Amino acid sequence: MKYKSQKVAYWFFALSMLLFGLQIVYGFIMGFAHAGFDNLHGIIPFNTARAVHTNLLVVWLLSGFMGAAYYIIPEEAQRELVNVKLAYVQLISLAVVGVIAIVGYHFNYWEGRKFLEIPRPLDYLVVVNVLLFLGLILATLFKGKRKTTTALVLSMGLLFAALLYLPGMLPFDSQVKDSFFRWWVVHLWVEGVWELIMGGILSFLLIKLTGVDREVIEKWLYVIVGLTFLSGVLGTGHHYYYIGVNKIWLIVGGIFSALEPLAFLAMALFAVNMYRKGEKKHPNKLALYWTLGAAIVSFIGAGLLGFAHTLPQTNIYTHGTLVTAMHGHLAFWGAYAMIVLAIISYSLPNMTGRKLYESTRGRVAFWLSNIGIIGMTVAFGVAGVAQVYLERKFKMEFMAVQKEIEIHFIVLILCATLFLTGIIAYMIDFYKHGKPTDEALVNTNAQ
Amino acid sequence: MLSKKQARVFFLGGTAVTFLIFIGLTIFSFGKSQDQSNNEDITDAVVRGKNLWEANNCMGCHTILGEGAYYAPELTKVVERRGEGYIKAVLTTPVDWAPNGRKMVAYGFSQEEAADLIAFFNWIGNIDLNGFDTVVSPLAEDNN
Repeated sequence: MKYKSQKVAYWFFALSMLLFGLQIVYGFIMGFAHAGFDNLHGIIPFNTARAVHTNLLVVWLLSGFMGAAYYIIPEEAQRELVNVKLAYVQLISLAVVGVIAIVGYHFNYWEGRKFLEIPRPLDYLVVVNVLLFLGLILATLFKGKRKTTTALVLSMGLLFAALLYLPGMLPFDSQVKDSFFRWWVVHLWVEGVWELIMGGILSFLLIKLTGVDREVIEKWLYVIVGLTFLSGVLGTGHHYYYIGVNKIWLIVGGIFSALEPLAFLAMALFAVNMYRKGEKKHPNKLALYWTLGAAIVSFIGAGLLGFAHTLPQTNIYTHGTLVTAMHGHLAFWGAYAMIVLAIISYSLPNMTGRKLYESTRGRVAFWLSNIGIIGMTVAFGVAGVAQVYLERKFKMEFMAVQKEIEIHFIVLILCATLFLTGIIAYMIDFYKHGKPTDEALVNTNAQ
Repeated sequence: MLSKKQARVFFLGGTAVTFLIFIGLTIFSFGKSQDQSNNEDITDAVVRGKNLWEANNCMGCHTILGEGAYYAPELTKVVERRGEGYIKAVLTTPVDWAPNGRKMVAYGFSQEEAADLIAFFNWIGNIDLNGFDTVVSPLAEDNN
C-alpha cells in the first residue's frame, strides 16, 4: 500500500463479503423452493428471495468495484484520495440504501422489474451516491501526477455504468418499451461497461503480479475493451428477439452476440500470455489464482455458455427457461465475482500488512468455490435442457415439468454447499488478515 | 505490429460506430410503421394492470414475454390458455394458490384490480413475438 487513503477500500470489501454471504443464503432459499421445500413461503416468498438474491449480487459487486477503484486510482494517479471522509460517507450511504431496499423487498416495496427492483425514491439516492463516488474518483484521477490507461479505462467503466443506470428510470406504459430499455441498463452493464471495469482491474493486477511492461498490457487492454463494445453493444439485440420488437434484431443480435465470446477469449489469452511472459514472480500466488481464474472462467461462463443459447434458432426454445440461469451463474461468477475476489486477495495483505500468501485455506477457498459453482452450472444446465425438451418439445404442462426436474435442484443444493464452504474459507481468510493499518505503508517497493 | 495508439483508436472508434448504429436501430424499431405491440391498444386499464404487475413483482416468479424468474408459468397468452374466470379466481383468492404444491402468494386483489390485470394480459397476448408464441408450445391454446 502506497497511500494511506487506500485503506478505505478495505471497508468496501468488507461490505461486499457481508452482502455476498447474505446473497448465498437467499440463493439456498430459492434452491430449496425449486426442490419442493418452500417452507419459508409465508415470510420469504420466492419473488422476495429472488429480488434479494439478484440485487445483493449487484450491490456487493458494485461495492467491490468501488473498493477496487479506491485502492487502484490513488496508486495509479500517485496521490492520496481527494477526500477520505466523503468516501466513508459514500460507503455508509451505499450500505443504508442497500439495507432499506433489501428490507423493503420483504414488505412488497419494490418496482418488480427484473434486476431493477429498487423502488424509484431509492433510485434517486443511488444516483446521488454514485455521483459522490465518481466525483471522488475522477477528482483524484485528474489531480494526480499521471493518468494511466488502466485508471482511465476503469474510471470510464464506472462513469458509463452510472450513466446507463438512467434509461432504467424512464417510465413507460408499454411493457415492450419498458423491457427494451431495461436491457440498456442490464445488458450494457454486464456485457459492456462492467467489462471495462473488469478489464481495468485485470490490467492493474497483471501489471503488479507479472511485471510485464505496462505499455504492452495496456495496449491489449484497449484491444479487449474495443472487442467488448464492438460485439456487446449491438449484441444487446439477443434480448430483443422475442419481446415484441422488429425482426431486424434477430439478425443484428444474432451476428453480434455470436461475436461476444471473442472479447472473453481475448481476455483469457491475454491474461495467460502475460503470466507466461512475466519475469516477476510475485509471492501472492492466491491473487494470481483468482486473477487468471477470472479470465478463464469468464470465457467459459460468459463466452461459451452465452454462445450456447444466443442464436435466435436456439434461443426461441431456451428463452425464459432455466438455461438462462445456467449461463448467468457461471458468467457472473467468472467475470465479476472472481475479479472482485482477485483484487481483494491482492490488496488485503498490502492494506493489513499480513502477508498470508501461502494459506492452505486460501487455496481450499479457490478450488472448492470453483468446483462447487461448476457443479451448480451443470445442475442448472441439465434442469434447463430437460425443461426445454419436456415443456417446449413434448408440450408438457409447466408444473408437471417442474416436478420432473426437482431432483436437479437437490444436486444444485449439494454443489452450492461445496461452493459455500469455499466462500466461508475465503471469508475466514479475509477476517484473519485483520484490519488495515498505516504500518502497512512500510516496504511498498515489494508490492 | 499494432501500436497502443492504434489500439486506442480501435476501441474509441469501434465503440462510437456501434453505439450510433444501436441508437439508429432503436429509433427505427419504435417507428409507428414498425410497431408489433399494438401500442394504440394500451388503455388506462392496461396501464393500471402493468402497474399492479410491477408493484407486486409478479416477474419475481412468473415470466412474461419470456422474461422473469422461471419459478411459475409463462403468462403471455395466459387468457387464451386459461380463460378469464380461472385467472380472476387465482387473483382474488384470499388463500395461497398452490397448483401441484407450488405456492403463489394470496394477493386477494379486488374485482377491479383483477380486471385491470386481465386487460394487461390481453394486450400482452396480442403482441407479435416473432414466432416465439407459436413455436413455444406452453403459450399455445392447446397446451393448458
